[in-house]
Amino acid sequence: MNMTLVPTAAAARRHATRLRAAITALALVAPLAGCGGILDPQGPIGAANRTILLNALGIMLVIVVPTIIATLAFAWWFRAGNPRARYLPHFAYSGRIELIVWSIPTLVILFLGGVIWIGSHELDPAKPLNPSQKPLEVQVVSLDWKWLFIYPDQGVASVNDLVIPAGTPVHFSLTSASVMNVFFVPQLGSMIYTMNGMVTQLWLQADKTADLPGLSAQYSGDGFSDMGFVVHAVPQQDFEAWVAKTRNNGPTLDPKSYGQLAVQSRVAKPFTYGAVESAIFNAVAMQHLPPGPGPDSGRGGVDVHNRSE
Amino acid sequence: MFGKLTWDAIPWDQPIPLVAGAVVIVLLLGVIAWVILKGYLPYLWREWITSVDHKRVGVMYTLLGIVMLVRGFIDAIMMRSQQALAYQAPGYLPPEHYDQIFSAHGTIMIFFGAMPFMIGLMNFAVPLQLGVRDVAFPTLNSTSFWLTATGALLVNISLVVGEFARTGWLPYPPLSELAYSPGVGVDYYVWALQISGVGTLMSGINLVTTILKMRAPGMSYLRMPIYCWTALASNLLIVAAFPILTATLAMLTLDRYLGFHFFTNTAGGNVMMFVNLIWAWGHPEVYILVLPAFGIFSEVISTFSSKPLFGYRSMVMATMFICVVSFMVWLHHFFTMGAGADVNAAFGIATSIIAVGTGVKVYNWMFTMYGGRIRFATPMLWSVGFIVTFVIGGMTGVLLAVPPADFQLHNSLFLVAHFHNVIIGGVVFAAFAGLTYWFPKAFGFRLHEGWGKAAFWFSLAGFYLTFMPLYVAGLLGMTRRLQHYDLAQWRPWVLLAGLGVVVTCLGVACQIIQLVVSIRERVELRDEMGDPWDGRSLEWATTSPPPAFNFAVLPDVRGEEPYWEIKRRAIETQQLADEPEYQAIEMPRNSPTGFITAFFSTLTGFALIWHIWWLVVVGLVAAYAVFVWFAWRDQDEYEIPAAEVAAADRERRRAREAWLRANVRVREPA
Ligand code: HEM
Ligand SMILES: [Cu+2]
Repeated sequence: MNMTLVPTAAAARRHATRLRAAITALALVAPLAGCGGILDPQGPIGAANRTILLNALGIMLVIVVPTIIATLAFAWWFRAGNPRARYLPHFAYSGRIELIVWSIPTLVILFLGGVIWIGSHELDPAKPLNPSQKPLEVQVVSLDWKWLFIYPDQGVASVNDLVIPAGTPVHFSLTSASVMNVFFVPQLGSMIYTMNGMVTQLWLQADKTADLPGLSAQYSGDGFSDMGFVVHAVPQQDFEAWVAKTRNNGPTLDPKSYGQLAVQSRVAKPFTYGAVESAIFNAVAMQHLPPGPGPDSGRGGVDVHNRSE
Repeated sequence: MFGKLTWDAIPWDQPIPLVAGAVVIVLLLGVIAWVILKGYLPYLWREWITSVDHKRVGVMYTLLGIVMLVRGFIDAIMMRSQQALAYQAPGYLPPEHYDQIFSAHGTIMIFFGAMPFMIGLMNFAVPLQLGVRDVAFPTLNSTSFWLTATGALLVNISLVVGEFARTGWLPYPPLSELAYSPGVGVDYYVWALQISGVGTLMSGINLVTTILKMRAPGMSYLRMPIYCWTALASNLLIVAAFPILTATLAMLTLDRYLGFHFFTNTAGGNVMMFVNLIWAWGHPEVYILVLPAFGIFSEVISTFSSKPLFGYRSMVMATMFICVVSFMVWLHHFFTMGAGADVNAAFGIATSIIAVGTGVKVYNWMFTMYGGRIRFATPMLWSVGFIVTFVIGGMTGVLLAVPPADFQLHNSLFLVAHFHNVIIGGVVFAAFAGLTYWFPKAFGFRLHEGWGKAAFWFSLAGFYLTFMPLYVAGLLGMTRRLQHYDLAQWRPWVLLAGLGVVVTCLGVACQIIQLVVSIRERVELRDEMGDPWDGRSLEWATTSPPPAFNFAVLPDVRGEEPYWEIKRRAIETQQLADEPEYQAIEMPRNSPTGFITAFFSTLTGFALIWHIWWLVVVGLVAAYAVFVWFAWRDQDEYEIPAAEVAAADRERRRAREAWLRANVRVREPA
């Protein structure tokens, strides 16, 4: 992942200013690094997200801080009780100030617009990561209220536990069994929505071995708070060992067991499937398997539900 | 007979809503009993409930806003305390209940707190500032208010009869579809918003028409006070955006009631269509709220700096610029749905462009203060607090508009902190600034300064203590709407935010005390002259409170600050302008149309929610009949005789003359 916004000779000075600003911004938030979260990234996408975030913050702080100080200073200096302040009751227009007033924000936004444009393209979630390296394919299904991770090439699946090899790009294809959710591992980087009948794409990578918390970032009903999961980034051989141990061990993920999983429930302990019927992800995404059922009834909804969708 | 409504609809097993509901009902009955026993009912009916006077309607709107802000604040206390307790623990609110609370909190705060407050202030002040006698359609105005009240009532009924939505304040399908939300919660949401939305739309049309068509003689567009400009922009946005909301919710309703498939998972429904449509309304909505707030601050900063607004034309341009651009940025609410780089980048840039307009405004406020003689009365404190706070909120907004940053911050507590930063720091602070600023105009006495200042400082501190930690929690990866959580690193920040709510509580308490103290000391706080702040626009030219007809003679506007000029001329010549020739004035008659229509709309809404079809028909027919009855009225105005107008105005002139005598020596030559 190449996220250095390459400095040309002409842009070098600008770059230096921004760097300084970014360093200031970093100093402000430094105590938070190392506490988990998005300022403590464990992969290239997260690191690049953070760089952009700090750059943008730095650029804005350059004018925001003086603006706040000037506001307070003007307000204080021109207080009615200050005999030294000059009263200018007719000072209501100045072409020169107007010009500055419109140009400062415009310039900042022009500058930031560049960051937005480049950043959006470099960090598009669907953009493949390190095309030279063979990625791990993971298919993600959000269900009420758990996460199903399918490894199509390995023929295994797991619920609420995501095991990946560190240092290998992971290509996620994501969909939802029922309502919307957002797949989010703060320390790995970008999040993405999951929606029934649709597939979204996301590329992430963990640099080092670590256990990282993941969660749903889109409220999805009563069990939403229990949709936490853990990403285990492990060395390649451990990953292979995990696959070997999991394969042919435990239940098979087929339409029937998927149907059971799709019923609304919370999962207390992660578990795995030793075999996966191929194309089950596509069956969910293409709605060959029906969307997960909702609750049986709701308050005041007694006679509604038998008219099922 | 009663559709789905049975005794089971009442949450007997849940003590919290039950007790809360019981307390509210007892309080309400108490107030009603007090009003009846004291014999105030005829007065209330005559002077308020059926009033079509824009000032009265404005006051009632504002009161509704205040009451609903309190209700929403109680929800907030419950959410913050739940999260404070719910670290590796279930807390005291189960998800079924917690989810209703955050949904109700957002819905109530936006639709029934902030909106009525802002619309109420506009209703009150805009016609006065324009120098006219009422809004364009007075009875419609009263109807708008009562329909809004209907919506608020329905949401509050859901506390004890049935349930409220458990979908968040914007009911994203498919969660909000019948399959996943079979209860009546979403139906309460939908009908409350549809009915109050009709009211909001009518109020928007009303104010747009008023501003475009009914200004005092000589008041060209570029002589309108800036608050009227922001009101115009805001109401144009209402007229353009609320139909989108109505249509979107209507589609959701068809899905839920008649088995349509606009937004269902199956049969070709498209959930992303909902998300697009709701934000095509939702983003303009935030500017509907904040533009009038900008207007209030502009008026307050100029008045208390004793200077005209700096860069008036620039402000007008920035306002209209924001008004237009706010329709072109809605996608920033779902950068993370995978729209693709070009789309994300385009909307990200469009979004940050809005910040240019906002930035211009901030600088113009700064230069309004520059060279001023600033009096730090309560409204001015709110305004300075606003500038500082809003600059921070705008900055985090622009940060969220950078897609790669938003990929990590979307739906996090950082986002929650952002929008509270701009809505509290912008809209709520403006509401309180406007309230203290125009209160003497409405009631004839000022609010107590000491308690007002205390309220400001506690609210400001409470705000920072509550929401700055949420920015941090968001950076640590914590998402919104969690009923419980397990990660230790989030905990200190969640606890700090809980502490912030305690401080905010003190601010709220000060506001309530301020109101009580001010009413008790109203004699000392009286505003004899009608111009308590040395104001500059026309509302200060009339008495406090103004007569029903506002102005005995419509003012003749010769510049951007008409009242300031009148005042300056009076001071220079040491006398008031010559007494005008008084004429009889026609004013619209009061009408119960709005109240009765709203009464039947409440029945209709309730019946629709519970599938009591006969009552739906009865309600609709009755509401329509009221309208027909109103349309066939043959007397819609009454006349105030010239003598009465003259008497009232001579009284005003006497007060002004006394003021001129007393003050002219100490004021300096302008
Ligand atoms: C300086 C201008 C502003 C910018 C650039 C900005 C930007 C944004 C962005 C990009 C989001 C979406 C973030 C996400 O969902 O991931 C957002 C959310 C939001 N903003 Fe702002 N904003 C600005 C001002 C305002 C103002 C003035 C208000 C209200 C008065 C406001 C209220 C909101 C609300 C309510 C949400 C979240 C709604 C929700 O998801 O429930 N914003 N803002
Ligand atoms: Cu927006």
